[in-house]
Amino acid sequence: MSTRTLVSPAALARPRGRAVYWTVFTAVLVLFVIAFLFPVYWMVTGAMKSPDEVAKTPPTLVPEQWRFSGYTDAWDLMQLPQHLWNTVVQAAGAWLFQLVFCTAAAYALSKLRPAFGKVILGGILATLMVPAQALVVPKYLTVADLPLIHTSLLNDPLSIWLPAVANAFNLYLLKRFFDQIPRDVLEAAEIDGAGKLRTLWSIVLPMSRPVLGVVSIFALVAVWQDFLWPLMVFSDTGKQPISVALVQLSQNIQLTVLIAAMVIASIPMVALFLLFQRHIIAGISAGSTKG
Amino acid sequence: MTETTARPPAEAIAVPPVQAPPPAGGRGRRRLADQARAYGFLLGGLLCFALFSWYPAIRAVVIAFQKYTPGSSPEWVGTANFTRVLDDPEFTAAWRNTLTFTLLALLIGFAIPFLLALVLNELRHAKAFFRVVVYLPVMIPPVVSALLWKWFYDPGAGLANEALRFAHLPTSNWSNGADTALISLVIVATWANMGGTVLIYLAALQSIPGELYEAAELDGAGLLQRIRHVTIPQTRFVILMLMLLQIIATMQVFTEPFVITGGGPENATVTVLYLIYKYAFLYNDFGGACALSVMLLVLLGAFSALYLWLTRSGEDDV
Repeated sequence: MSTRTLVSPAALARPRGRAVYWTVFTAVLVLFVIAFLFPVYWMVTGAMKSPDEVAKTPPTLVPEQWRFSGYTDAWDLMQLPQHLWNTVVQAAGAWLFQLVFCTAAAYALSKLRPAFGKVILGGILATLMVPAQALVVPKYLTVADLPLIHTSLLNDPLSIWLPAVANAFNLYLLKRFFDQIPRDVLEAAEIDGAGKLRTLWSIVLPMSRPVLGVVSIFALVAVWQDFLWPLMVFSDTGKQPISVALVQLSQNIQLTVLIAAMVIASIPMVALFLLFQRHIIAGISAGSTKG
Repeated sequence: MTETTARPPAEAIAVPPVQAPPPAGGRGRRRLADQARAYGFLLGGLLCFALFSWYPAIRAVVIAFQKYTPGSSPEWVGTANFTRVLDDPEFTAAWRNTLTFTLLALLIGFAIPFLLALVLNELRHAKAFFRVVVYLPVMIPPVVSALLWKWFYDPGAGLANEALRFAHLPTSNWSNGADTALISLVIVATWANMGGTVLIYLAALQSIPGELYEAAELDGAGLLQRIRHVTIPQTRFVILMLMLLQIIATMQVFTEPFVITGGGPENATVTVLYLIYKYAFLYNDFGGACALSVMLLVLLGAFSALYLWLTRSGEDDV
């Protein structure tokens, strides 16, 4: 692990080198704590201050009194359980739809040799060139009035779930992974009498756990963090995910309550990150080294 | 840049030999069944791509030349949508703001992560801690980051001005001043997104062979010379990739201006995507929104094509 970097180990071993190292280390530590941890601390404790205290100048570093009423008020007044539940439903559905349809399509493109498979894959990869946000308006019009069946998916979680499947990046990630599975393995399964679905379920998927994990995290995070698309499709307040609800309610609510709601909205993703930090960080780092 | 040009010889990626045509009907029927099964697996995904990617892309171009009101049949209006949008004073403001935002985000959000990664790579303690902490803001929902910074920028009890007062510096209007609003948003976007960039740089730095530094040192290269002649050339490809990705991402900025400034003050932070949103949902002008989308699409499409072209190595077999 201790490979040679910019500064030589010999230089670091010298007394002067060591002094410089620890100075830089402390500076970076202080910088990181101030830049990245302090704002989070400020948010968590800000929600515990009284409305008067939070508006005070100069501000207090530690709340005069640790109050949890901000959090309980946010939970009740802003209907957070409702909005959190909406978000969970939207994220879980998007994850499930992506896992089922993207996996099946990637498997077909990788192993089943459909006619025009290359054309289809080309069409899918071409959507990587079209930045998603630039197409939100025509996508909105499509969701509002689906072609042929003329149904509107507005205010329906399907408006999150179905477009989530059209994720070229995740599909391509899966396809690339399936490509690496030797054909002999699948043929052996077929000789043993397994059908295509059985092969996918019992051979391909268990071999693909790492990539399925990555795709799952991407899918969940994408829905939880999204703002513009749910803002467009959920005009019904009761159906809105937490991100949209926070912004809509931020105008006319007490600051401490809003801050508490912001903390609550952040907890699930931060918890997910702390839980899977090793995998997430390794996944991000791995993406680059291939280039 | 050898990693882009190194390709397997043509024989290695040769296409498997074409199967002989089926001699009898039985084989043909079997192939048909195979195809049906393959398309069965493809169907769900294909339908979603058709409905929510391909069709909207075509539709954006079509509606850009129509007067479109949901519920009634569209009328062809030629280039009227484009001329109307181009005459809008907000159009110039939106493009100027978006391009300035992208440029500033590139200057700030590019140099800082690189320097941070460079320093972090030299530290031998608390490595995991630094990686988690720098990535933490990325996992905070963007809406929360935006609201958090809106509160920091508050002219009354905002933390940003308190920090300036603490350091005995003149206070600023931050996101509430016409000339400081855009840079304030760039700071938010950089804070919120920097983690990913830092991690990718770190990975790239770790892949630099140590011998290169040793050789440079033996040749008498100092610290800065080693950065210039070893580190930067070795990571040039990753730097270029991230730069393009960042341009594509920041050109689509929406959440920060929408949440923090509402496009103000005096249109100082209206971005192209924000303007698209306004045309569609405030003015009910879907033709204008699509005309704008097409313009953004063409520009971003060019950047994306460049990105894909640069990363295409090893994917020629597609």
